[in-house]
Amino acid sequence: MTTSTAPQTLYEKLWQTHLVEEKAGETPLLYVDRHLIHEVTSPQAFANLRFHNRPVRHPERTIATMDHNISTRSIKIDAAGEGAANQLRALEKNCKDFGIELFGMGHKNQGIAHVMGPELGLTLPGTIIVCGDSHTATHGAFGALAFGIGTSEVEHVFATQTLRQTKAKTMKVEVKGNVGKGISAKDIILAIIGKTGSAGATGYVVEYCGEAIEALSMEERMTVCNMSIEFGAKAGLVAPDQTTFDYVEGREYAPKGDIWQQAVNDWKQLKSDDNAIFDSIITLEAKDIKAQVTWGTNPGQVTSIDGIVPSPDDFNDPTEKESCVNALAYMDLIAGTKITDISVNKVFIGSCTNSRIEDLRAAASVVKDYTAKGQSVQSSIDAIVVPGSYRVKAQAENEGLDKVFSDAGFEWRLPGCSMCLGMNDDVLEEGDRCASTSNRNFEGRQGRGSRTHLVSPEMAAAAAIAGHFVDLNK
Amino acid sequence: MEKFTTHTGLVVPLDIANVDTDQIIPKQFLQKTERVGFGIHLFHDSRYLDHSGKEPNPEFVLNKPEYKGTSILLARENFGCGSSREHAPWALEEFGFKIVIAPSFADIFYGNCINIGLLPIKLSEDEIDQLFAQAQGAKLNLTVDLANNNVSFINESGAKVSFSFELGKFHKYCLEEGVDSVGWTLNKLETIEAFESKMPSWQ
Repeated sequence: MTTSTAPQTLYEKLWQTHLVEEKAGETPLLYVDRHLIHEVTSPQAFANLRFHNRPVRHPERTIATMDHNISTRSIKIDAAGEGAANQLRALEKNCKDFGIELFGMGHKNQGIAHVMGPELGLTLPGTIIVCGDSHTATHGAFGALAFGIGTSEVEHVFATQTLRQTKAKTMKVEVKGNVGKGISAKDIILAIIGKTGSAGATGYVVEYCGEAIEALSMEERMTVCNMSIEFGAKAGLVAPDQTTFDYVEGREYAPKGDIWQQAVNDWKQLKSDDNAIFDSIITLEAKDIKAQVTWGTNPGQVTSIDGIVPSPDDFNDPTEKESCVNALAYMDLIAGTKITDISVNKVFIGSCTNSRIEDLRAAASVVKDYTAKGQSVQSSIDAIVVPGSYRVKAQAENEGLDKVFSDAGFEWRLPGCSMCLGMNDDVLEEGDRCASTSNRNFEGRQGRGSRTHLVSPEMAAAAAIAGHFVDLNK
Repeated sequence: MEKFTTHTGLVVPLDIANVDTDQIIPKQFLQKTERVGFGIHLFHDSRYLDHSGKEPNPEFVLNKPEYKGTSILLARENFGCGSSREHAPWALEEFGFKIVIAPSFADIFYGNCINIGLLPIKLSEDEIDQLFAQAQGAKLNLTVDLANNNVSFINESGAKVSFSFELGKFHKYCLEEGVDSVGWTLNKLETIEAFESKMPSWQ
């Protein structure tokens, strides 16, 4: 590890230890330790490699999975339609031709890239991890610098194992104190985005810290870092600590024996120095964070469960005012409506934000409370639960969570990205209103003309049964 | 990648903030293994009234006859936010855009544009407002001079108005020379190998 006398932020340490070359007149060149790929953003990169007759320089540093457009009803490649099948077959051929390990349909390690990487120990502190997917920020939960890249960059990593990157500004987001009962990691990150706005961290790498962040489990930290892109950040980071090391130790691809000890010693240095200077600092009091529900068409348009749908008059900034007008029209909501009075007809529990075992346990626990009272999913509501990986699915089934969901009227599906982006057939219809544990409430994201409310797994589970959003603390 | 020097073209004003890459190219059109076939689906949900893309929406600015042949997209803040899909700049390029001008861009989108030779230009809010006023009135033909980092147009009184913009040195060099960035880095293999030889064994 490089040491320096000037106090450094965690981001600067990660930058420094990966800087291959910094030359006047050139964008700095960084080393990439781990590259995750999937079927949608890689085929054109492989095609260019073939065109130039270039190999993948370190195939062992790349791992492939099928996640974005696969069916959640069948493990057959053809089940997701012709376009998807073409991409999936292309990924199989590309991985074979270039010597890349692939977790294909039904493989025990298959899953959403950002669920699969951490659970296999592919995601390590102190590394740079990239993937052609903006939610790569998830892996920052381990103190890895992780960010999404475009297909040209995927090609660049394939051929060189490096990337050219402009240094980002640094932002510290401190969440002081402890959150109240029933407040999830999703509520924390939505509250942060609500405070900063959906572009508040554009140009920054964000480090989350404070008591409330330190208290989170690794899966909860992943949920927080996952949505860094939703307020514009290039990446999100949490400094690794004992919670991190305990999670990583013993996982399939994690270092073992003496190398593990050396790794942990190095990782213990991975924190911002006491006097490190951040370009921007944002502070939240954890006790003020309530359960969150988005009402608009960007993730910054969010409020508390005990709140109301805002009016354009509540905003001073002309752009925010106009965005509010447009969002209310698209979402078919009237200003002043209580959030708890908003009814939904679709529920999606899944995505790289909220499809890990702890998410499913949290949702199942809410479901059990309702079923104990004889209540189940309303007949007018379609509710699906999509585990993030085959490992998560197996674990959930071991614990009987699949049965908790199915008995209450939820559909228990196969792993994949599913309705988060609706590239397969898990798509909302025009006019549908969905309580979704995913990360984007953009117009048309889950289906043309459909309306998305981003919430925690607990909130989504309750909405499926109550038919509307519920303040679970009441 | 084609070399970029100067370009003069018609500006189309897209007066919406926070345009995300899902809007630029919806997910159902990402199921391709080729690099072409995206331009026709650019801004699909706004541009067409129907799902299949046969009925153009006459209200959408790209469908208005006065902007036919446009090659410069004028946009509002945080353009290109959301998904990292490079299909978004591919679709813009294939439609015929050479340049996108906005007060701010999402980071990944900005990098993707540079990498394919679509020039993203950041101007101040005030300059953007002036361009919108021009483009929403009479036709605005804008000249972009990359060598001198400026954009210019002739206003209604016949005077030349010019705004300068910043662009990273290496980004500019790559655009001007049409650099194959992978090939450029492959020339540095010795440096990369030297770096690798010093990496800790766990990394």
